[in-house]
Amino acid sequence: MDWTTVWITIKLASVTTLLLLLVGTPLAWWLARSRRWWKELVGAVVALPLVLPPTVLGFYLLVALNPQGWIGSFTRWSGIGNLAFTFSGLVLGSVVYSLPFMVQPLRNAFEQLGERPLEVASTLGAAPLDSFFNVAVPLARAGFISGAVLSFAHTVGEFGVVLMIGGNIPGETKVLSVAIYDHVESLEWAQAHWMAGAMVLFAFVVLAAMYLVEGRSRRRAL
Amino acid sequence: MSGLEVALQARLGDFELDVAFSAPAVGITALFGHSGSGKTTVLRGVAGLARHLSGRVSINGQCWQGEGCFVPPHQRRLGYVFQEASLFAHLSVEDNLRFGWKRLPVAERRLAPERAVALLGLETLRGRRPERLSGGERQRVAIARALLHSPQLLLLDEPLSALDQPAKRTIMPYLQRLQDELGIPMLYVSHDPGEVAQLADHLVLLDRGRVSASGPAAELLTRLDLALARGGDAESVVEGFVSFHDETFHLTWIGMAGGRIALPREPIPVGRHARVHIKARDVSLTLSPHNDSSITNVLPARVLEARDISPAQTMLRLELEDGQKLLSLLTRRSALALSLRPGLRVYAQIKGVALGG
Repeated sequence: MDWTTVWITIKLASVTTLLLLLVGTPLAWWLARSRRWWKELVGAVVALPLVLPPTVLGFYLLVALNPQGWIGSFTRWSGIGNLAFTFSGLVLGSVVYSLPFMVQPLRNAFEQLGERPLEVASTLGAAPLDSFFNVAVPLARAGFISGAVLSFAHTVGEFGVVLMIGGNIPGETKVLSVAIYDHVESLEWAQAHWMAGAMVLFAFVVLAAMYLVEGRSRRRAL
Repeated sequence: MSGLEVALQARLGDFELDVAFSAPAVGITALFGHSGSGKTTVLRGVAGLARHLSGRVSINGQCWQGEGCFVPPHQRRLGYVFQEASLFAHLSVEDNLRFGWKRLPVAERRLAPERAVALLGLETLRGRRPERLSGGERQRVAIARALLHSPQLLLLDEPLSALDQPAKRTIMPYLQRLQDELGIPMLYVSHDPGEVAQLADHLVLLDRGRVSASGPAAELLTRLDLALARGGDAESVVEGFVSFHDETFHLTWIGMAGGRIALPREPIPVGRHARVHIKARDVSLTLSPHNDSSITNVLPARVLEARDISPAQTMLRLELEDGQKLLSLLTRRSALALSLRPGLRVYAQIKGVALGG
């Protein structure tokens, strides 16, 4: 097993999930509670990665990241430098690609919450931010767990976007899914078997853990 | 200026709300009306939860809403008990109770959690999760939680309507006790005349978004021009003091300037203020004081007004000797037979009485 590749994969998925929690939470909150009609347009944009082929997403990201592209010129101007074919570029791509997997469960959880718990909190003297962190977040816990698990797992499994904007640089942007592809290309079936098998096992363990936790909290609520 | 001053307006589609009333700084004020009359909207407006309402709300002279002033709900010192159980599912009963209390500056905490727990009988529930409580228990926790926020005003939105009859009966005495012991003014939304007769000191009647009458409950409950006194289950409220307990016959006597009333022994100390509510249909009339009747409670009274509330029934408004008002529901036939008319002296025979707050 190529442990550098495993490490990069896990690092990518973790950083992406963390960033998605920071970006996705306010976005999901707004989508769940805003009354503006055009919020559904924003919702549709967020959901785009669900239906677009990853290569399409990767292609546009590559164009944007290129030194003449709008992200590329911004990063160059601000001194961050070039992002295409770097780990940071991969993170950016993954965040966009996995966004709906974080936002959908969170939005559902926040919508299910309704207005009432927040009203109750405000009549008990809790300011909006206080209510958010001490009432909304704990009550939407299930949404946070599924959002984080799905984003993490989805990032581990991405292939098309990585190949388009990250390339295949060992120790920098080479992740497991790409490594499996490489092994198959060079007819190293044994290694491909090991990696693919490990990923099936990983996906199963993650999903099983999530369903078990959810099932337990649902049973407790009854 | 003490008490609550409210003047709120709103347009919600076809429904137009335009109410103005004041409520005293003590006692329970009931906002009474049928569903759709705007009671809950008004209550939410007082709490600051209904931002689309314009107008003024002030409490003890302090502005909560008005020109150039809007205090957000979390900065209003109020307690709000919602219609359905609204405990935080992620917190234990204890943490629910302390939610508002914890957020108060120490110097402003007027009630200790232990006291609230004792007042509402929650001793055995503190460690439980909300989902393990019955409906009545949840509502008691919600009331205690609101009280622990040391409110200047406690708002209750039909807190008993989601409960069954036995649960209602267990909570009612708690509400009365709160009023006696803490003296926090309450604004109580209800559509149940019985609840209002039992609890309210002051009444605001709402009808299709407008205030149709407001004033002392004992007065409004017996006004024959208002809907409350025109139903078959109309009640009146009479106040007095506990004069003595009759241990032989197990009775408690309530004395008033105009006579006295006995009711089954109640554990209240002699001298304590007491309020009894009497169903209009439990009051019959005679023209002379019968001494051969099985009825213990007979009060001299004068007919003030009579009104037929159906082709078969007549409602009478009586004045006791101390000026308190009493309702009596008779068949129209008996009312005619006795030729009851305003000014006539009668004796009210009271078959059933119940103690109120």
